[in-house]
Amino acid sequence: MSERVAIIGVGWSGFRPVTPEVSYKELIYEAGVRAYSDAGVDPRKDVETFVTVAEDFHEGTSIFDEYTPDQLGAALKPMHTICGDGLHGLGTAYMLIRTGQFEVVALEGHSKASNILTLPEVTAYAQDPVINRPLRFNTDFIAGMEMNRFLYESGTSFEQCATVVTKNRRNALYNPSAPYGANLTLEEVLNGPDLAWPLGFHEKARHADGAVVMVLASEERARFLSETPIWILGVGWCNGSFSLESREWGGLPYIENAARMAYRQLGITNPRGVVDFAEVDDIYAYKELQSLEALGLFSPGEAGPLTEEGYTAIDGELPVNVSGGSLGMGNLLDANGLARTLEVVLQLRGEAGPRQLEDVEIGLVQSWRGVPTTSGAVAILSN
Amino acid sequence: MGMRKVAVIGAGMTKFVRRAQETAKELTWEATHMALQSCELTLDDIEAVCLGTAPDSFDGIHMNGEYLSDGAGAWDKPYMRSYVGGGTGVFVPIQGWYHIASGLFDVVLVVAEEKMSSYYPHGQAAFLTIFDHTTERPLKPNLLWIFAMEMNRYMTTYGISKEDIARVSVLHKRNAANHPAALLGDSEITVEDVLNSEVLAWPVQRLDVSPVSDGAVALVLAAEHVAKRLTDKPVWIEGVGWHLDTAHWTNRDLAYPRYVEYAARMAYDMAGIKEPRKEINIAEPYDPFDYKALHHLEGLQLAERGQAPQLYIDGTAEKDGDMPVCPSGGLLGVGNPIAAAGLMKIAELFWQLRGEAGARQVPGQPRRGLAQAWGDLMQVGTVVIMGR
Repeated sequence: MSERVAIIGVGWSGFRPVTPEVSYKELIYEAGVRAYSDAGVDPRKDVETFVTVAEDFHEGTSIFDEYTPDQLGAALKPMHTICGDGLHGLGTAYMLIRTGQFEVVALEGHSKASNILTLPEVTAYAQDPVINRPLRFNTDFIAGMEMNRFLYESGTSFEQCATVVTKNRRNALYNPSAPYGANLTLEEVLNGPDLAWPLGFHEKARHADGAVVMVLASEERARFLSETPIWILGVGWCNGSFSLESREWGGLPYIENAARMAYRQLGITNPRGVVDFAEVDDIYAYKELQSLEALGLFSPGEAGPLTEEGYTAIDGELPVNVSGGSLGMGNLLDANGLARTLEVVLQLRGEAGPRQLEDVEIGLVQSWRGVPTTSGAVAILSN
Repeated sequence: MGMRKVAVIGAGMTKFVRRAQETAKELTWEATHMALQSCELTLDDIEAVCLGTAPDSFDGIHMNGEYLSDGAGAWDKPYMRSYVGGGTGVFVPIQGWYHIASGLFDVVLVVAEEKMSSYYPHGQAAFLTIFDHTTERPLKPNLLWIFAMEMNRYMTTYGISKEDIARVSVLHKRNAANHPAALLGDSEITVEDVLNSEVLAWPVQRLDVSPVSDGAVALVLAAEHVAKRLTDKPVWIEGVGWHLDTAHWTNRDLAYPRYVEYAARMAYDMAGIKEPRKEINIAEPYDPFDYKALHHLEGLQLAERGQAPQLYIDGTAEKDGDMPVCPSGGLLGVGNPIAAAGLMKIAELFWQLRGEAGARQVPGQPRRGLAQAWGDLMQVGTVVIMGR
């Protein structure tokens, strides 16, 4: 059994608001070829098992796992799909290697959001069909309710939420793979149209297309294949209450639990001072603040003021979403966690170009599956 | 350091029915509750939950796994849904296996659920959306036609008759007569009944096909040190295997399921099985159609190519034969709520190997059993080998 697992190759294609000239298979193929070449492996010979993350309704195809093998070189190989975020897939690949049955695993996640003509309606189909759907809740309305409760409980201000938008979209200007880089002022964000008050239009990540593929390996294989293995120190995931009626709206107990699971694997109880930088969920701007508090990186009510002070900026004490986050890189549906992980890998390898952080050793990734789920995951990586 | 051993220590299943009054979530809850009760555990003892369910389009719920989470006992727990189409039912226990074998968890709940009756008027229409949106969907393919092609190919390649294939349906439906949760058990059914049933898409007739159904099954899996503390009769997961072939099913040799062979070889290697025909005491191959059981027995290396019908002719496949096949009654008899049907086969092996299968108990204290499922576009094989 290999206790330690490393990411030895990453590849991606995108990320762009629309990709009319390529199919999802071509996006995945490009990301796959890059990842395999980065890892120096042949998918037909070296990769023993494959994991993808996807949801049928996002693809417009039932039993979507049918269409996963060919573009990854996985035909007639052990392959399965996880209906989860990319970080759930990372947890799966991690477990597969730790069983001792597999040495090299490939992991894929993608988004072809631009193909979905009725995304808000599709997302609304995730609500309980008996109790909630007849009320015709809009997805952003549910997020607006959660934001309102979070602001009320934590004392976070509108300005502090808007700071997340200006910070992440400015960071995205330094990320060539991020389509939504922009120099916005606080006023522009605050004076934008409402989406579902208090949630503003600029505080929601717009969608993007793209694919991410990663190659993971056991310690022995990683040391043989890679000069810059990025070690997975811990992974955690958790579900909270699915029911809108019985969930907690101000905090994120499922993220607290997922983080605790990951921290336990590192043997730490408090991540502050351990984690050098973080890539967390920001598909709505307030989520970044709420998540940072649930992760224990900040105390309740602290994330807003510290963000305002620049603590989480690229030159701050704890840079958060240096990649641009989902606000800057786009909401990639099931691939959000992998896009966040990609940035952590690049930073830890020292390959992040103009946005490279200095002397970073431990990075944290966190993701959420979006409204109406209470499903999140956390991973901690090190070089 | 050797691999961590994983055991099944509890199982529960709902009745398989045509139109359940319960919601999908309630079905999941019921099976989960029964599995926990069977090993005297509560949700507090469960560290993680694995779920299997087939296409979201049946229930019309996006992210159906999230919707089912609290029914499956996943509130405040690590939870993931795995997916390999029709092979999912035998894949979820594999998912449970790697959760525990990885060393991250000691006690894991494995749940599979399917509610096909929500789709009105018939779940079959949902299957149109499994085909390639550009090359196949415009042709409006129907699953029955596809299986008719495969069945025809299988019969033609090996010279197998409709009677040979009908025997499978007869044996499985007769076995199911003894299953308290079965939908289509029939102790009186004959080969003539099958051959005289309505033609759906030649050579497939109504009694060649398993019924559309609703139901759920759950298992409790535990690591060795926990299993030994909780039960005197753990049933070990000795081998697991799965393989997914290309999506281009039209290029495939339809007479022989190579993906099942590869999955089986993976599981046999892990279990240290060299001669499966001697070492497997009970087989639960996937039987959504009667010919499929034969097809899969060959892929599993439990019969020579084209020779699987012989197992049903010479009595080998019967309950008191040398290698009983589908003593549960299989999908043809118990029912086919897709993911739940696969996991039902694992539950059956659990009960059979513990000697708790009641009227279905195969004689001779079987030591080892194999369950297999299949799915996607004639594409995926999933195999689990369990032993005492």
